[in-house]
Amino acid sequence: MTDATMSSVTAPPSAPPGRRSPVGSVLIHAGLIAASIAMVYPLLWMISASVRPEDEIFASTSLWPSSVDFASYVRGWFGLDVSFGRFTWNSLVVSVLTVIGNVVACSLAAYAFARLRFAGRNFWFAIMLGTMMIPYHVTLIPQYVLFLNLGWVNTFLPLVVPKFLASDAFFIFLMVQFFRGIPRELDEAAMMDGCGPWRIYWKIMLPLSLPVLATAAIFSFIWTWDDFFGPLIYLNDMNTYTIQLGLRTFVDSSSTSDWGGLFAMSTLSLVPVFFFFLFFQRLLIEGIATTGMKR
Amino acid sequence: MAAVQDSAVAIGGGAQARPAAQGRWASLWTKHGAGYMFLLPWLIGFFGLTLGPAIASLYLSFTSFDLIRTPEWVGTANYVRIATADPKFAAAMQVTFLYVVLSVPFKLTFALLVALLLDRGVKGLTFYRALFYLPSLLGGSVAIAVLWRQLFAGDGLINSLLAQFGIEGPSWISHPNYSIWTLVVLSVWQFGSPMIIFLAGLRQIPTDMYEAASLDGASKFRQFYKITLPLLTPVIFFNAVVQTIDAFKAFTPAFIISGGTGGPINSTLFYTLYLYQEAFGNFRMGYASALAWILVLIIGLFTAFSFLTSRYWVHYDD
Repeated sequence: MTDATMSSVTAPPSAPPGRRSPVGSVLIHAGLIAASIAMVYPLLWMISASVRPEDEIFASTSLWPSSVDFASYVRGWFGLDVSFGRFTWNSLVVSVLTVIGNVVACSLAAYAFARLRFAGRNFWFAIMLGTMMIPYHVTLIPQYVLFLNLGWVNTFLPLVVPKFLASDAFFIFLMVQFFRGIPRELDEAAMMDGCGPWRIYWKIMLPLSLPVLATAAIFSFIWTWDDFFGPLIYLNDMNTYTIQLGLRTFVDSSSTSDWGGLFAMSTLSLVPVFFFFLFFQRLLIEGIATTGMKR
Repeated sequence: MAAVQDSAVAIGGGAQARPAAQGRWASLWTKHGAGYMFLLPWLIGFFGLTLGPAIASLYLSFTSFDLIRTPEWVGTANYVRIATADPKFAAAMQVTFLYVVLSVPFKLTFALLVALLLDRGVKGLTFYRALFYLPSLLGGSVAIAVLWRQLFAGDGLINSLLAQFGIEGPSWISHPNYSIWTLVVLSVWQFGSPMIIFLAGLRQIPTDMYEAASLDGASKFRQFYKITLPLLTPVIFFNAVVQTIDAFKAFTPAFIISGGTGGPINSTLFYTLYLYQEAFGNFRMGYASALAWILVLIIGLFTAFSFLTSRYWVHYDD
């Protein structure tokens, strides 16, 4: 893949300007297409491997299976003591609850920071920004001890409850930026008409903020769905495993024997992310471009 | 029109409209209460999940704690051991620095090059952009790490491809000299999100600057060095800081690819992986807390250093 990516480097230095010569344009497209192929080749290969007959998986580097066979999906799905149906359901529960928690709690805090006047607002806002810089490793162990003592290990609570306490400060920041862009005249007018902060938040801010709420919701979902570390620490009982832990167990227990099943389940685990990407890529890309979201 | 305020709405809303008969506390509440009501979940989270645990973690870092017995104060013993008598810490540090130093510059270079190729006047921009971004979105998942483990296995896809050109590849993952590179390649593969930020940055550069430069006979290359690069330094700086901090915190790929061991011979023992092993493998919670604080210190020093040096090369036009 490095070779293909390198070829994009050898395309002419294309510093910005508008007009390009036809030859330059062809070279650029050649480079970009080569790079695109290198980028998606591993993914396509995995998908193709997941529908190949077992004995053919490593036989070729081609992307086109000689025959399509979904046996790997069946084997993979039931390959562990607990089925992938269970893992998928668990992931879904955790992810959906996280989305709700993040959207509700972060938008509440963001509304306070963006619109309400209260003593210490700037102080708390600075603190909130500061928490974004702290690596989670610092709070990891005491949080674990806390949740262990609460009897929450092997439940979804340690993964979900913090989200209802707006622990993803990043989303607060994102929403504050958006809320500030909404004309103040709107809530001033509503206030004149007798609306209190709750009603302004609910009837004006939230409906006008659907793009940022959707961005936060989609990223919350994808990051939680992909999260491995949190579940690894808090979930030890296979019945509570999320799909990421399920996959990991699959690698450990049967990596050498059932690659087909592993690739089938891997492919399946990427489906929701891919689905969100397909439908919301414009929103996701704008979110990245304007706020510099990582990952 | 006289607005009829029901009492629930009046809280915090129309502060000035309230009669002065209220006591001091009531008026304070009216003025500030709503703000704190909205902030309440975050405040609970901040004290309960961030500040409290951070203080506890600092305390634990001076103790020996195995999760069962009460923490036993050991003074600076954990830190002394980290600094002087822990070869695995040294190994983890070395691996992590190597990973940061290798992956971040490669990733940013690709991101910038592709962004330059995509900038202005390329047909199918949205298609390419989406395609290049996809790996960034999928990259953190176990599935991709699993895939990577297969790609770079001795009999994996990469070596099959190399074999077609008559090259015999090493067993990347099980060789200590090469294993780190598989992780670097995985990281570089996810250049999509810095690329999108670069693209947004390039959009900010006014076209007339290039037109003026062209009229003055400046070559494309010169334009890149004299206009694009300087005006892009704030974005380069941002991407570099974010990606470096992220690289320091990398975990999942190393965990999956090495099966949680950080092997072969500690060659993929990322710092966070070592921290995890100490905390949840060996139940040395005090020691792991000290490791966590060292990581904070390193990230903090790095960030401070970046910001200090940035004044010499980052141009903000204001």
